[in-house]
Amino acid sequence: MNKPLNKMAVQATINGESKAFLCSPGQVLAEVLRDELELIGTKIGCNTGDCGACSVLVDDRLVCSCLVLAAEVEGKSVLTVEGVANGGELHPVQQKLLEHGGLQCGICTPGVVIAAKALLEHNPYPTEEQARYWLAGNLCRCTGYDKIIRAVLDAAKTMRGGAA
Amino acid sequence: MNAYQEFKIIGSRPIRPDGLDKVTGRARYGADLNMQGQLYGHVVRSPHAHAVIQSIDCSKALAMEGVLAVMTGDDLVKPGNEMLGSGEGAMALKDLVPMVMSQGKVLFHSQAVAAVAATSPELAAEASEAVEVAYEVLPVVTDLHKALAADAPILHDDRFPDGYPDEPTNLATHISLTVGDPDAAFEKADVVIEQTYSVPMCHQGYIEPHACVARADAAGRVDLWCCTQGHFAVRHYTSAVTGIDAGKIKVTASEIGGGFGGKTTVYLEPLAVVLAQKSGRPVKMVMDRGDVFRATGPAPGAETKVKLGATCDGKLVAADVECLMDSGAYNGNPAGIPAFMATACYKLKDARSTGRSVYTNKPKIHAYRAPSIPQVTLGVELAITELAAELGIDPIEFRLMNAVEEGDANMMGASYKRIGLRECLEVARNHGHYKSAVAEGAGRGVAMGYWINAGMQSSATLNVIADGHVSILTGSPDIGGSRASMALMASEVLGIPFEHIHPQVAATDSVGHTDVTGGSRTTLATGQAVIQAAEQCVAEMCRRAAAEWEVEPGLVSWSQGAAHYGDQSLTFEDLAGRAGAMGGPLTFSTSLTSTSTAPGFGVHICDAEVDKETGRTTITRYTAIQDAGKAIHPDYVEGQMQGGAVQGIGWALNEEYLYSDEGALENPGFLDYRIPVASDLPFINAVIVEVPNPLHPFGVKGVGEVPIVPPMPAIAEAVYQSTGVRFRDLPLNPPKILAALANS
Repeated sequence: MNKPLNKMAVQATINGESKAFLCSPGQVLAEVLRDELELIGTKIGCNTGDCGACSVLVDDRLVCSCLVLAAEVEGKSVLTVEGVANGGELHPVQQKLLEHGGLQCGICTPGVVIAAKALLEHNPYPTEEQARYWLAGNLCRCTGYDKIIRAVLDAAKTMRGGAA
Repeated sequence: MNAYQEFKIIGSRPIRPDGLDKVTGRARYGADLNMQGQLYGHVVRSPHAHAVIQSIDCSKALAMEGVLAVMTGDDLVKPGNEMLGSGEGAMALKDLVPMVMSQGKVLFHSQAVAAVAATSPELAAEASEAVEVAYEVLPVVTDLHKALAADAPILHDDRFPDGYPDEPTNLATHISLTVGDPDAAFEKADVVIEQTYSVPMCHQGYIEPHACVARADAAGRVDLWCCTQGHFAVRHYTSAVTGIDAGKIKVTASEIGGGFGGKTTVYLEPLAVVLAQKSGRPVKMVMDRGDVFRATGPAPGAETKVKLGATCDGKLVAADVECLMDSGAYNGNPAGIPAFMATACYKLKDARSTGRSVYTNKPKIHAYRAPSIPQVTLGVELAITELAAELGIDPIEFRLMNAVEEGDANMMGASYKRIGLRECLEVARNHGHYKSAVAEGAGRGVAMGYWINAGMQSSATLNVIADGHVSILTGSPDIGGSRASMALMASEVLGIPFEHIHPQVAATDSVGHTDVTGGSRTTLATGQAVIQAAEQCVAEMCRRAAAEWEVEPGLVSWSQGAAHYGDQSLTFEDLAGRAGAMGGPLTFSTSLTSTSTAPGFGVHICDAEVDKETGRTTITRYTAIQDAGKAIHPDYVEGQMQGGAVQGIGWALNEEYLYSDEGALENPGFLDYRIPVASDLPFINAVIVEVPNPLHPFGVKGVGEVPIVPPMPAIAEAVYQSTGVRFRDLPLNPPKILAALANS
């Protein structure tokens, strides 16, 4: 006899598009984004909320998508790294990460992009220390964070229109 | 003399070719591929650190609906004494097979004992719990000294290292080298320092867990996708472990989310292949973060006794270094490096160095960035600093008085060619950081580091496209920007724009054999293959232009991306577009074993401040200086220096494997195994020194590994200067510092 699959139907806005998906009640958002919606830019480094590689915005709030149940986003808006660029135009955080060499292996980069975007929307004038504390939940093992922090501060400047 | 003296594009900082995919989430890593109809594999792991497997019963698991295959160690080859691979990944087959899956005996906690494949990850996990394994539990040993005690439980009863023929022991290897007469030389020393230092076992800590997907067809062919530092090594090891002909296995390297030496072997890949063969369906496997910590790659902990002697005039006259290293459950060969390289930075005519490694009930150790040298360098560099202080000589001056230079021989008997250690020390001495006053309450440490740097085998294929663009295929997984370096080097030789060059990491069936991305060798050796392929392209284009002009090929020159003779010229685009009519497609493949390697040296300066109430150490200023030979893409050279320095900072201050008495890892996650986060750190000032490698056409030296070598002693010295208490056992975490301050 087949076991009942016990799936829930969820509707949410994902990167600006209305989407419906099926998930099991215990399934986390990171897994559904990757496996059901094929948004593989969201990475899973730990599945315990410690590394930040799965960072996404849910109704503009920065969360680890491995700690959010997929069913919780019913009726909400989710932004993943795939939705950050405006068509062919990169977000300043993405552009500055490239210009500063702020990535090596790149596995933490999607989470850094999302978290830094959230920082700059929250605080257009971050100090180095504020940027470091905001990004403290995004582990990077390659760069020592130097070029990431420089890129984020430079992106802040660009978003302010080049003003110091 | 380098073949190229002046550069047009080498040394600039263009945006890397793979960057766009990585900032937009399109890049595909190990876990990002799904194959049609795939199953999900799950590993059954031992809950004991030392045990004999009495029986494994998979029948209940296999009977579950949706479970399509199970396997045990019996499904892998029975290893004899074969040796596999070379360089950082070299190992005996009998050390590799049980590391992938146990065959009768468990030697570390979470060792794989069986695996299942099922239609969903949840079902595979559930089925793995239905596998029944009966164990006879044995006593556990995790401490190095206890493992060598007479009453220690013996891990391998069939291994007898050289010089120990009589009884089984946990000693894995014992290597000792002597030059001159160190005992007599110590008699002549005015000052002698003798101390013991220790470094804990730690993990490479890459953010991407191991992941792969395997497919096997009815003809016995295997298609394997995985995150690895070397897909040719994966093919070789998977073949060796499963018995499948290497020629039937194709391995595609995904993008790789960090490795640092830890992804130069196989863990899941052979299991996914066997499960795919058994089930007839593709099998995907992704390792859990806890299992990454519990069952892969740790770097060995070590204890190093250092005895150094110097005369009053500041001359280092004798050294005796003895390093005891953890090998984990199988032989990871960590002992040779301390024996060969412990004192590689110093002019020494009389020295002894000894490396021993010991089996313990922990995962087999694996390469981690300059494997085994940071551990021994902690002791050597701290002892050097103590010696300088005793003699009243500035620590950089003392190092300059004794640093190796061109013509000096090391313990391996080789003499150094053009090296940049003295240049780095001079830059350090004159640097604003070193000249600045140390802040009140803070301390400053300096230390230097060495790494041998590998050459090994590389291949490249260059295809000219009709519109004048170029595709470059190499076999080197790009772990930190190497495609940008390859494109820069090809652009330099061809004289065409960087943006017209499209570097790719090709699968094992699409490019010549290439050894792992490791040993700081990729920009050097794979770069050499790319340079040679580009030079062949230029030579062929000149030959074709000469034929068109009916002149001797030797009279045609190449510059600015065009062939020239007198006032005639044919551009790269012309020759590319007309290739079919002028002799056929322009494709150039090169393969080589690089013997152009040169050792790397670096000097780090660290300011640190210890909070006497909390015991927390804050790095307040950090400068890393290193000889890169020639920096191809300086952003990624600086990135290696900064990232390596921060890994060293983590190892110095926090990172440590903590084992229970039963041999279970107690901190198998990023919460409790705390790697540095952004708010822990200042900017890491990276200063590139360029002393060209005379053996390489562009002067390149490997840069990736050296930067993890100096941080531990530099930080330990800074902490001493801040607190007045000498620490010789890492990590310098708050409880340890508070306890030491309370006792002082």
